[in-house]
Formats: sequence, C-alpha cells, structure tokens
Amino acid sequence: MAILSSVLLLPVVGTLIAFFIPAKRVKVIKMVGLYTSLATFLLSLFLWILFDKSTTQFQFVEHFSWLSFANINIYIGLDGVSIFFVLLTTFLIPICFLAGWDSIKTHIKEYIICFLLLESFLNAVFSVLDIVVFYIFFESVLIPMFIIIGVWGSRERKIHAAYQFFLYTLMGSVLFLFAIMIVYFESGTTDISLLGITSFSEERQRLLWLAFFASFAVKVPLVPFHIWLPEAHVEAPTAGSVILAGILLKLGGYGFLRFSIPIFPEASRYYIPLIYTIGSLGIIYASLTTLRQIDLKKIIAYSSVAHMSLVILGIFSINIQGLEGGVLLMLSHGLVSSALFLCVGVLYDRHHTRLIEYYGGVVNVMPVYATLFLFFTCANMSFPGTSSFVGEILVILGLFQSNSSIAFLAVCGAVVGAAYSIWLYNRISFGPFRLRAAAAMDIQRREFVILAPLAIVTLLMGVYPELFLDYIHSSTSFLL
Amino acid sequence: MVGFGGRFLGRHGASILTIGCLSISTLLAGLAFARIGLHKEVCVVDCFPWIHSGALQMNWGFLFDSLTVTMLLTVSVVATLVHIYSVGYMSNDPHQPRFMAYLSLFTFFMFILVSADNYIQMFVGWEGVGLCSYLLIGFWQSRIQANKAAIKAIVVNRIGDFGFILAIGAIYMVFRSVHFETIFATLPYFSGSGFETFIVLNKEFSTLGVICILLFIGAMAKSAQIGLHTWLPDAMEGPTPVSALIHAATMVTAGVFMIIRSSPLFEHAPQVLSIVTLVGALTAFFAATTGLVQNDLKKVIAYSTCSQLGYMIFACGISNYTVSIFHLMNHAFFKALLFLGAGCVIHALGDEQDMRRMGALVKFIPLTYIMMVIGSLSLMGFPFLTGFYSKDVILEVAYAKYTMSGHFAYWLGIVSAFFTAFYSFRLLYLTFLNEANASRKDMEHVHDAPFSMAFPLLILALGSVFIGYLAKDMMIGLGTDFWGNSIYIASDNLSAVDSEFIPLCVKWAPVLLSLAGAIIALVSYSFFSSRFAAVARTRGFRSIYHFLSRKWYFDLIYNELVVRPVLFFGYHISFKVIDRGLIEIFGPYGLSASIGRSAKILSSLQTGFVYNYAFVMVLGVIALLAVVTQWLPVILDLRLIGLLFLALFFLLSKRHNLTKYME
Repeated sequence: MAILSSVLLLPVVGTLIAFFIPAKRVKVIKMVGLYTSLATFLLSLFLWILFDKSTTQFQFVEHFSWLSFANINIYIGLDGVSIFFVLLTTFLIPICFLAGWDSIKTHIKEYIICFLLLESFLNAVFSVLDIVVFYIFFESVLIPMFIIIGVWGSRERKIHAAYQFFLYTLMGSVLFLFAIMIVYFESGTTDISLLGITSFSEERQRLLWLAFFASFAVKVPLVPFHIWLPEAHVEAPTAGSVILAGILLKLGGYGFLRFSIPIFPEASRYYIPLIYTIGSLGIIYASLTTLRQIDLKKIIAYSSVAHMSLVILGIFSINIQGLEGGVLLMLSHGLVSSALFLCVGVLYDRHHTRLIEYYGGVVNVMPVYATLFLFFTCANMSFPGTSSFVGEILVILGLFQSNSSIAFLAVCGAVVGAAYSIWLYNRISFGPFRLRAAAAMDIQRREFVILAPLAIVTLLMGVYPELFLDYIHSSTSFLL
Repeated sequence: MVGFGGRFLGRHGASILTIGCLSISTLLAGLAFARIGLHKEVCVVDCFPWIHSGALQMNWGFLFDSLTVTMLLTVSVVATLVHIYSVGYMSNDPHQPRFMAYLSLFTFFMFILVSADNYIQMFVGWEGVGLCSYLLIGFWQSRIQANKAAIKAIVVNRIGDFGFILAIGAIYMVFRSVHFETIFATLPYFSGSGFETFIVLNKEFSTLGVICILLFIGAMAKSAQIGLHTWLPDAMEGPTPVSALIHAATMVTAGVFMIIRSSPLFEHAPQVLSIVTLVGALTAFFAATTGLVQNDLKKVIAYSTCSQLGYMIFACGISNYTVSIFHLMNHAFFKALLFLGAGCVIHALGDEQDMRRMGALVKFIPLTYIMMVIGSLSLMGFPFLTGFYSKDVILEVAYAKYTMSGHFAYWLGIVSAFFTAFYSFRLLYLTFLNEANASRKDMEHVHDAPFSMAFPLLILALGSVFIGYLAKDMMIGLGTDFWGNSIYIASDNLSAVDSEFIPLCVKWAPVLLSLAGAIIALVSYSFFSSRFAAVARTRGFRSIYHFLSRKWYFDLIYNELVVRPVLFFGYHISFKVIDRGLIEIFGPYGLSASIGRSAKILSSLQTGFVYNYAFVMVLGVIALLAVVTQWLPVILDLRLIGLLFLALFFLLSKRHNLTKYME
C-alpha cells in the first residue's frame, strides 16, 4: 500500500509520458497533463479516507535509504496538518491546467511538464520527514516556478519579477542551509521526529530559529520581505499565480509549524514579540497599501500578504485555537485567493487588461461570473459561512487569549480588508458598463468547472469545518 | 426561504415563490409565538457541529424564547408585507427576480440572527444582513450615489463588526464559551467585586465593561447611533421597499436586539449602561434636529428612524429592555408604514423624492395620505395609537430612574419628541397640503397605489393603530412574565414601578410637547409662511440651518480626518516610499548594484604585486586575531550576530581571492 509514494511519483510518470510525445500534438499533451493530475487527485483522496485521525503519529510512512552513511534517508509520511496541504496541491493542479487551457499558446509541452514537476515537488515538500530532503525539495520548487514566471509571464517586466522572486527566496535559503548543517552536526540526525526530542541549548536555538525564520518569512511573506510577491503575481500567468498564492505561500507557514515550533520550542516563545510586531504591522500595512492599488492582481497579492500575516499570528499564539485557526486559514486562503486569481484571469482573457479603471458594470453582461466573484470576494473578507471566517475567528480567539492588543490590531486589518474587497468588487461589477460588449460574454463551461468546485469546498469548509478540523486536532495538540 | 433560482423562474414565478415561502414562515412564526411566547415553552434546537477546537465546542443551534419569537414574528410579518409591496413597486424593473431573491436572502439571515443560540452564529446573521443591505442599497447599480452609499454602509458596519468580533474574543477568553446559556449562567461568578480585570492596550479595565463596550460598538454601527450613523441616511439610495424592510423595521434594530439579548452582561456593567444611555439620547436628539431641515422625503424618515433607534438604545441604557423591544416592535410597524407610504408618493410622482417639488397630493392620492397621517401620528406618540404606548413609557421610566443619565435622556427625549412632531407635520404639509409644486406632466400621471401596494399599507396601518394597545399589558405590563428568562434586569435597576409615581406634568410633557410641535409646524407653514421665511433669512438662523443640513458636519470630519490620511498613507507612504523605495533599495536593487560595485573594488585590489597581497593578508590576520582575543566577548552579545555574520562574509571572500592567487 504505497499510496503516498504513488501520489508523489504519478506526476513524474506523467512528465515522462509528456516528454516523449512530439510537441506538435498539443491536445494529447494537454490531456496527458490533465488526466495525470486528476488521477493524482483521486489517489490522494484515498489518503484522506484512510487517514486515522485518532493518532498523532505519522501515517503512510515509507523509508528509502539514500545517503545512509551520513544517516540521511528519504522518509515520507503524513500527519493531520500536512495531509491537507497535499490534498490542496493535488486539487489545485488540475484547476491550473484548465485555467491555462486556451490562454497558454507557446511552449505548451514545457508548460505541462513544469506544472507536473511542480506538483511532484510540492507533494514531496509536504510529505518528507527529513530536514535535508525537505530543503532539497523546498529549493527545487523554485526552479519550475521561476521558469513559469519567466517564460509564460505577460509583460516585459516579468524578467525583473522572476529575478526578484528568485533572489529573495534564495537569500532566505542560504541561511536555512547553514542552520540545517548546524542542526545536523549537533544532533547527528536529520529525521524530524528525532529532532523533535533533541534538545538544543537556548542560545543555539535562538540563532537557528532566526536562520529558519529568514527562509520561511520570505515565503510567507512577512512584511519587510514581501515585495517579491506583488511583482511575481502581476507578472505570472493565471495558473502561476494560483500556484503561487495557493500553495507556495503555505510553505512558509508549514515550515513554522513543522520545524520552528517543534524543534525550537523555547526560541519560538522567545521570539513571540518579534512575530507579533511584524505580523500586526504586516496586516495593517498591507491592508492600507491594498486600498490604493489599481492593478487587479496586485490587490489580491497585497491582501494575501495581510492574510498570511494573520495566519502567522495565529500559529504563534501558541494555543490550540490559534494553531488550528492558522492551519484552516491557510487552507482557506489557498482556495479563496486561487479562486480570485482565476476570476481575474477570466476577465483578463476577455479584455487583456488588469487595470481597474477600464472595468465597470460587469454584472450586466456576466451575471454568473458576478455572482461567483461576489462569493469569493465575501470569502476574502471572511464572511461568515465561508471557510476564511472559521479560520479567522479561531485565530482571533486564540490571539485574544495570548495578547489582546495584538488581536485588536489584527481586527483593525479586517475592517480595511472589507473596505478594499468590496470596493474592488464594486468598481468591477457595478457602475456603468465600460467595456467592449463584443468581448464580454459570461463564463464558459470550462471556467465554471474551474470555479464551482472551489466555491463548493469553500462553502463546505465554512459550514461544516469538522471535516477538516477533526483531522487536525490531534496533530496540533501534539505540537503544543 | 431562499428563492435564488429567479433566473429560471421568471418574474411571476420568483414573486410567487418568495411570497409563498415567506407566508409559510410567517405562519410558522405565528405558531412559534403562540407556543413559546404565550405558553412559555422555551425551545432549543441543536443541529450539527460547527467549530470544535480545544475548549471551544460550538454547534449550529437555535434558541427560541420569548425574545426570539417576538422578533421573528415582527420580522416575518413586515418582510412578507414588503415582499407583496415590492411586486407592485418594482413591477417595471427588469431585475425584479434578483430583487426578490435578495429580499428573501436578507430575511433568511435576519432569522438566523434572531434565533442564534451563540454569539458566533449571531454574527453569521449579523454579517449576512449587512451584506444583503449592501446588495440592496446598491441595487440600482448604475447610479454612482447608490454605489457610494452601499460601500459606505458596509464599511461603517464593518467597524461595528470589529467591536463585535473583539467582544466575542473577550467573551471566549473569560467564559470559555460563546453560548448564551453558559455565559449568562456563569456570569455572577465574574461580576463579584471586579476581581477579574483585563488589560487592553496596556490599560486595566474591568472585564465585563470591556466586553459590553465592544458589543455596544457593534450595536452602534448596526443601529446607526451617533458617530457611526452616517451610513443610514445615505442608504436611502436603495429602492424604497428596502428602506422600509431593512433600514427601518428590521436590520437596524439588530443592534438593539443584540443589546437586549446580552442584557445580563450589560446589567453587570453599570458604567457602560450610562454610556449607552448618553449615546442613545444624543442620537435621538441629533437625528431629530437634522430631520427638521432635510428636503428629501426619504431622508426625513431616515433621520426619524435614527432618532427612534436612539430612544430604543437609551431605553436599554436605563435597563428597561422590555420597553425597548416593545418600542422596537411598534416602530417596525409604523415606520414600515411611513416608508411604504413614502414609496407610494415617490412612485406616483415618477421617482421624485424632493419634498419641495411635491404638494397638494392629498387630492390625488387620499389613501396614501391617510396612511401617512396614521403613521406620523403613531410616530409622534399621539395618545392611544401604537407609538404612544411605548414612547411615552420610555420617557417616563427615564425620568423615574432619578439618575443623571436618566434625566439627561428624559430631557433630550422630550425635546426630540417635539422635533419629531414638527418634522412629521412639515413632511405631511409639504407633501400633501402645500400648493402643487410638481410639473404638470408629472401631476397628470399621479395615481393611487395599486392593490399589491395598498394591501400591505392597510395591514401596517391597522398594526400602527392597535398593536400597542393590544400588546401593552402582555409585554410591559407590571409583573408580566411574558419574557421569562430571556431578559434579565438587575433588581436595583428596576424602575417600572417608580414610573407610576412620577409627577403628572412629567407624564404629560411628551404628549403635550409633540402636540405643540405638530401644531406649530402646521401653523407656521400654512398661515405664517412669509413671516417664517423672514425669520429663516436672519443670520443666526441660517448658520443653525447650515449646521443642521450638513448633518452636524459628521461626513466632512470623517472624510477629512480619517479617510484622506488613510488613503494617503496607503499610497504615498506605504507603497511609494517604503515598498517601492526603502525595501527595494535595501533589497534586490541595492544588492545587485552593490555587488557590482564591490566586485569592481575587489578586482581593483588584484594589483598583481605580492607586497599588496601580503599587506592585506597581514591586516586580515591582525583583524582576525583582534576579533578572537579582544572582541569575542562583545560579539557573543546576540545583537551583534548579524554584524558578525556580514563581517565574516567579507573576510572569507578576501581570503578566498588571496589563496586563489597564491595557488
């Protein structure tokens, strides 16, 4: 029963198949990509079904010996937190293929291969339990992403964006690598579950924690390290933005949950004030900046910064509500911001501009689209009944118990959040109709098939979050 | 309850479906009222689990007690009537099914709000009605004013939500639960001698005080209290049935409902109660004065709503929750009647809302005139109409409190009653009795309301006349047990008995003053209009007039002091200076530029002479020695680690160059 490794390897198989199909047979290649990712998704659903939620142990564990002389082995497994990130990845990749079905016109074969590889890497990142192997996949995710932004991006500025993206992430990674080396030399192992019971001296913990923080903070992104994100989002193709917002940003939060808190518990407590300062600053700062953006994608990108800061605040409130809320909010943000980027993509495919000024009165010609867009806008401002609300209320309850002033600031961000979300929606959907009517048609079946599952999952997670929370409970309580 | 398939049902289908469903739910609400309200069978329905996390165990659940069913009945009756009315009012609108769907959705969320059994679920309804209000205000979405008003409504409401969410956080922290039953049952343990204090923004406050203040901020935004009221008058941009349903009868009273629901909490926080009283009384006064000078028919009624909400809030502040909810119910009837009547007028005149262009309509639409008169009389508390029974009692108990805030509320209250009567009759006079000012073309089309619009008016008029008399003894009669446990009043805050023993002139003052207001309005407009105009032209009067007609400059202050700086910060400071300036320079651009530069410097070091290299090497070794022997203790200081790291970087790179050369 090697389900997990099959989930990891299936996209690679797809890649190989696609590799041997001549580049001219575009349709076949697309089909291969789509069906491979769908099969992976179905397979990963089995993980969810077979998951035993009563235990804190890692499940579906598999060992492969690799550098056994150095005690570094490939060791994979899932717990209640990581299983949903794997699911999120496998869920979003087919959506990405569908999103780029018509709009990607050059280098289609390479596009499919990039995404399948990316899927494999991401699944690996979320399921490996060895810190060195984690590092390897953590970095290798960068390569396909860099290519996606650089090759299929929309404007000249894409090179600059890809460069910024790469530079930032790499700078964090260098420190991360040093820290991993120190950890390895000190403890002699790189296995996460063993590292969890290794105790480092407090001084050492603080140093290592900072190095880990540099890497994860860039990924999240926390405020001083965030400027790569709007650039990258604006330049990336729609599917690229979806992956970037939906999954790549979660790597940072996942890293904090998986490494910083269990391995360096004392340092995590020591740095709580730092995190709180940066996080609350980030929420308010990013929300205010969002208010004045004029590019559709930049608005969603900056609001992602605000949301992810809230996630980090929740995780570092170090109590059960905050942690679970943080995880749930990450999942929800993965769905909602992806959906919003797809919505923007729908508009962009029709009108080829992302500046708000050119839009208006969309509701008159695209009613179904306007309804879906309204739903996701509401989800973005944490409307009760959608997934973000459950995450946000848990984060705020958790945060309030640990520091009420920070909770106060975090909620201030939510006020501005409503303002920019609804303002954006209003400017696009309502008002006089300003576009060329010829290009304006309501969403097609393909686009509906993309957006509807996202809406359904968002609603499900908002109304009956037990489906997800129940699995997270034991793992998060184990973290505390 | 939700008819969202409007697109496929077509116009009539959507109307019939929504009205049908709502009538059924009205009947059910009536049934629930009979069983729970009259037979005292409190009923709790627990559905499936919602959020379970640690100590937080929360299910989707519904609580039906007297308070809930009273609200349910009011909401469903008014909602059904407004649905029926909309069929006539919106009959020419191409998007009528969408409109009906929004209305139904709104009603659904309102039901959730009033029947929730915990604060978080109440918040679901709370946000839901806010969203529907946004959609309905902006329903005529091609009008820029409507869009602005809609955004304003949702943003101001969001400020209230901010208070509400924080209150939920605080409640959870203290009680470890968000269920009403748990909270109210454990409350006495937390109120003893203020042993539980609580730090917000580095200041100590009493816990319950903080919770109540936060809840009250929520209520202020929803119920349009002074300071956060600005959205309500603007919301009149929406279609008139919306104003009747949402901005008069139901949604705006959600704040009042929430305070009444949390009455045990508020009873344990006496300081907050006096704040509530002050704010309520000020709102009543402020809105009544502003209503005096508005020229838009609907805005007058909107300010009147605002003012009546002030009455309800200060009734809560003086611990008379029962009177407050009674007034809420009565107000729902007569205010919906007024709005729907105004809708008839607007409809008849072809969407003209300015009262200065109306007049003499009494001859054309007598039925509407009668309805408006009934509504206005009821609003100003004319004896033995519905409004009289609650409004008068509110003022009496305020006086009978014998506290500072109680008296403050009483005096402001009766002055507002005077103004209320004045603007009501000003409205009636300008709209119906004045000589005709509308263009002839419009006047030719004036017609009385069709049946679908007249029928709700009739029902509401009956309600505005009789409800107060019928329900008085049940709801606020002395010693009534109608409310059961749903409302809690601390024993030393009871003043219903005292109110029976206040001086006669105090009792009579509200009625007399409102009659005086009505008469003065009529007389000054009809007989002394020229002299009145002369007074109006004096300078002092003009400045007062400007002050009032600019709504006490609230909008101006907010725009100048809050919105502009925030937007300025959002673009010029955070985006241009920091993101595009500081971080980029110290980040990627700075890095790439400085790497190039330092590479140049380094390459100029490669002079090719051995003695240069030797010199650098000696320097390096000395520096290293110095570091190891002398500064090591200093460097172990954690703060310098970053510096050390950078220094290391440069040292290493230099030595690397050297060794390469030597090889």
